Amino acid sequence: MNTSPKFIYVTLITTTPEKLWAALTSAEFTKQYWGGTAVESDWQVGSKVVFRWKGRIVHNDTVLKSEPPRLLSYSFHPLHIEELLSEPPSRVTFEIEEFTGKSARQGPVVKLTVTHEDFQAESKIFPMISKGWPDILSSLKTLLETGRAIEFEW
Amino acid sequence: MNLDRFKPKTVYVTYIATTPEKVWQALTTGDLTKQFFFGRRIEIEPQPDGLFRLWQPDGTLDVEGKVVVCDPPRKLAVTWRVMWMEELRKLPECLVSYQLDDLGKVVRLTMIEAHQIELDEKMLEGGRRGWPVILNNLKTLLETGKPMPEFDFMSDAKDALEEMKRVAREQTNLET
Repeated sequence: MNTSPKFIYVTLITTTPEKLWAALTSAEFTKQYWGGTAVESDWQVGSKVVFRWKGRIVHNDTVLKSEPPRLLSYSFHPLHIEELLSEPPSRVTFEIEEFTGKSARQGPVVKLTVTHEDFQAESKIFPMISKGWPDILSSLKTLLETGRAIEFEW
Repeated sequence: MNLDRFKPKTVYVTYIATTPEKVWQALTTGDLTKQFFFGRRIEIEPQPDGLFRLWQPDGTLDVEGKVVVCDPPRKLAVTWRVMWMEELRKLPECLVSYQLDDLGKVVRLTMIEAHQIELDEKMLEGGRRGWPVILNNLKTLLETGKPMPEFDFMSDAKDALEEMKRVAREQTNLET
């Protein structure tokens, strides 16, 4: 039996697939909703994905899939928390689907499914990302719908 | 009521830039739920053992239950029996609870759907598809003043719904 945990989170956002793709792949956007983290890459399969946070490189991962504006996947291995270094990289995938509004005058609604998997058994990273993604993705939705991310106070 | 027999099966967490009072009001006011909850109006007596119902836009009874926990604006829990679909009406009721945590400028809303019987994963699919739509719509309503544009949710969910009905029929046959 496969006991490796898997995290899935679905959010719906009043935006377009292109704008959501830009928000996931541009450091200027990610800094606003991702607790100040700049996510940097040229988003070619095999290229590096670097997370910069408070002036440090906290991730140095690899693009696994990149099909703008529908599918993005990269490896995920935090470097800034000592006790997590020994865990193998996990994998996060972003899938973007567009729903057409019932009325032609209304804009589309986009469904973003984030799947985070390939954790080792009893992973210490898994509970952290399970708490973290709803916070980051709620803020992303607020940014795209209102123009301003959520101001978290922690 | 002994709540221990209800086991959490679906959990959804969202953060909303508003106050707990506004989230509470939205969750318990029919004119507001109809804007974010697939057009459903809530009818609720906000006290333990109070009546709880959801009504579809055409007046069909959608969901029926009782208030189990009512602690405004922090926690609301209701028993939940799906009435509109014959296959599901026969199943033991589930428990839906909303926990609201005030984090300063933002509220963490945690929805938990818990069940007292073992259910096929396919039976949980309706909630797993529906709750993100409902709660993302609630978030948009509270943060922007209007819900998301209406979209054809069923285009994505029709097969899953049919499958759910089929499994529910099997399940209720087993129990009778």
